[in-house]
Amino acid sequence: MAFEPKIIGFLCNWCSYTGADLAGVSRIKSAPNVRVIRTMCSGRVDPSFILKAFQLGADGVVVMGCHLGDCHYQEGNYKTIRRIPFLKRLIREFGIDPRRLRLEWVSASEGDQFAKIVNEMTEEIRKLGPLKLYIHSEIRQPAAHA
Amino acid sequence: MVTINIDATRIEIDEDTTILKAAEKAGIWIPTMCYSEYFEPYGVCRLCSVEVVRGKRSRIVTACNYPVREGITVLTNSEKVKWIRKIIMELTFSRWPNVKVVREMAEKLGIEKPRFVSLERDEAEDACILCGMCVNMCNEVVKAGVLGFANVGIKREVVLPFNERSDRCIVCGACVYVCPTGHIKTVIEDYKGKKPEFTLGPKTAIYVPTLQAVPRIPVIDTNSCIHFKTGGCEICAKVCEPNAINYEMQDEIVEIDVGQILISTGFDLFDASPMAQYGYGRLDNVYSSLEFEMMLNSTGPTSGKVLTKDGKEPRSVAIIHCIGSRDVNHHPYCSRVCCMYALKYAHLVHDRTSAAIYQFYIDMRAFGKGYEEFYVRILDEGVKVIRGKVAEVVEAMSSQKDEGLLSVRCEDTLAGKLLDIPVDMVVLCNAIEPRRDSDAVRRLFSISKSPDGFFLERHPKLDPTSTMTDGVYIAGCAQGPKDIPDTVAQASSAAARMLSFIAKGEVEIEPVRAMVQEEYCSGCKICNGLCPYSAIEFLEDKKISHVNEALCKGCGTCVAACPSSAMTGHGFTDKQILAEIEGLMV
Repeated sequence: MAFEPKIIGFLCNWCSYTGADLAGVSRIKSAPNVRVIRTMCSGRVDPSFILKAFQLGADGVVVMGCHLGDCHYQEGNYKTIRRIPFLKRLIREFGIDPRRLRLEWVSASEGDQFAKIVNEMTEEIRKLGPLKLYIHSEIRQPAAHA
Repeated sequence: MVTINIDATRIEIDEDTTILKAAEKAGIWIPTMCYSEYFEPYGVCRLCSVEVVRGKRSRIVTACNYPVREGITVLTNSEKVKWIRKIIMELTFSRWPNVKVVREMAEKLGIEKPRFVSLERDEAEDACILCGMCVNMCNEVVKAGVLGFANVGIKREVVLPFNERSDRCIVCGACVYVCPTGHIKTVIEDYKGKKPEFTLGPKTAIYVPTLQAVPRIPVIDTNSCIHFKTGGCEICAKVCEPNAINYEMQDEIVEIDVGQILISTGFDLFDASPMAQYGYGRLDNVYSSLEFEMMLNSTGPTSGKVLTKDGKEPRSVAIIHCIGSRDVNHHPYCSRVCCMYALKYAHLVHDRTSAAIYQFYIDMRAFGKGYEEFYVRILDEGVKVIRGKVAEVVEAMSSQKDEGLLSVRCEDTLAGKLLDIPVDMVVLCNAIEPRRDSDAVRRLFSISKSPDGFFLERHPKLDPTSTMTDGVYIAGCAQGPKDIPDTVAQASSAAARMLSFIAKGEVEIEPVRAMVQEEYCSGCKICNGLCPYSAIEFLEDKKISHVNEALCKGCGTCVAACPSSAMTGHGFTDKQILAEIEGLMV
């Protein structure tokens, strides 16, 4: 069976989650590989969630928030934009290609943009192949890894 | 109060009122030629001369500047007065025999022909009669001080300083306005050197924006108001009986506490001038839809008459749909209202003129109640509808000028023919577009926009009036192009939604809130600065942070930042999200 990447998407409730919803309502076809977790704001995405996702076997993580200036909570996405570059450097230390982590802005009306990002990212991760991490035996490994 | 007699009438009037005003009150006419309410009486024409009898003495005075005193008797029509007036008028008449106001006044005073021959006889119909009204207006009212008299006697004349164009002149037109003979004229220099027949806009500096304006209160355009240039004039304040005009008023920022807000900021009209093929702003007689609407308005610049720029009735009118809408280069969406107002224009032009009317459309969208019926009625009226987007509007070639001033080139896509139709007037149906500052408004209320730029509703079907921000509602063209019935429906719905909260007296808020687990909080204060709502306060006595639940909106930024995991977000705890990640990896 061909490699199907598993991507965890953290979507903010107000823009990106609504945008993803719009993509569905508009019947826009997109790769089914992004598994969505809703947070109220992209600023809620604790860096440890992203590390945890990689640890548990995610091949990629995408954080989506409102465009800068559009945040429902005024400035939550500015917090995110400061955290993600640090995290990219950190995961490289762990041997994870920084391309596996993305930060994207998707507004509530950009269903097509959501689909485009999902497709692009799926293709990119597909090319990068499955994430292989040296995992300590004590840490639980996911049941099935493609 | 003093009591005076004017001719046979006895009246009571305030002391120091002029005789002229007293006579006006008594209903007695006194001729004047240099008097105006706007400035102090000048008393130069001497035509208002009357006889004042005080005891046994009688004297001739000018009524316009002579204050009344107790017990005087004024004779406005005595033999002496008549004789003086006649001589004054004959002298004036002999010098300016063809000026209309002079002729009329002479006629009123019963003079057919002057007995004198003037050395300075001026045959012009618009000669300057040296009444001085323009000079007084310029100096006393406008306070520009540009006009003045030069020389004396028969050489007297109204001049500009050094007979040169003056920098002090603010081109207010007050002298033109008061000039009784039309000697002073306004020369408007148009961009092409042509004289515009009318301008689409207010004609005075103080004006009511439209007769339908709510509230119907006049505004002052400070850029053209004389008072704001020279500090003079103030005529509007003088004539306003309730003293409602206040020049000191400034824009002010008022803070009002409210619980809910309805945003109905409307739309901007698409500017067609970048679409050079239609010639808007370049060719005469090409109008945008709102300009044409103004022309059709009975209180508009043409009093509702459909006129070309040279003031003639057009022989044919082209109405072009979808300017900027349904256009990949501009707005992909349909502006919805244009088809129907274009049909309305056709009907009104048909009603008011005998012009041939052409409609150029892409698709005729008569979508509402009674709309299709109206379309059929317009077809019955003989309006020619042509399916095809107009390629260009050009100035007609000289051989075509007798048929139309402009030429509309288009393909009739139903007949498969290329057309070149001469018309006198072109009306563009401009697209409705979001207001140019809508992004700033949107960010103020943290609401989203749809791809077309209009404000985004919470749900297109189930919640079309509220937004992602609690307590903020949208209605009308701010949400998307719509006609009046749809706007009324949406606005009423929004109002009802808002009233329902007011009636309830309390609001339900989402239970998603952050909370500090006090035993873990180290009091590092990292979260305090992160909160956009200042909901986190530091308790000095306990040395820990505390979340004010009424202010917290539950974004979770503080939860993600807390280094000791003391902050938790209800509904989105670390445990819940980690479990979600785990669940998704299966």
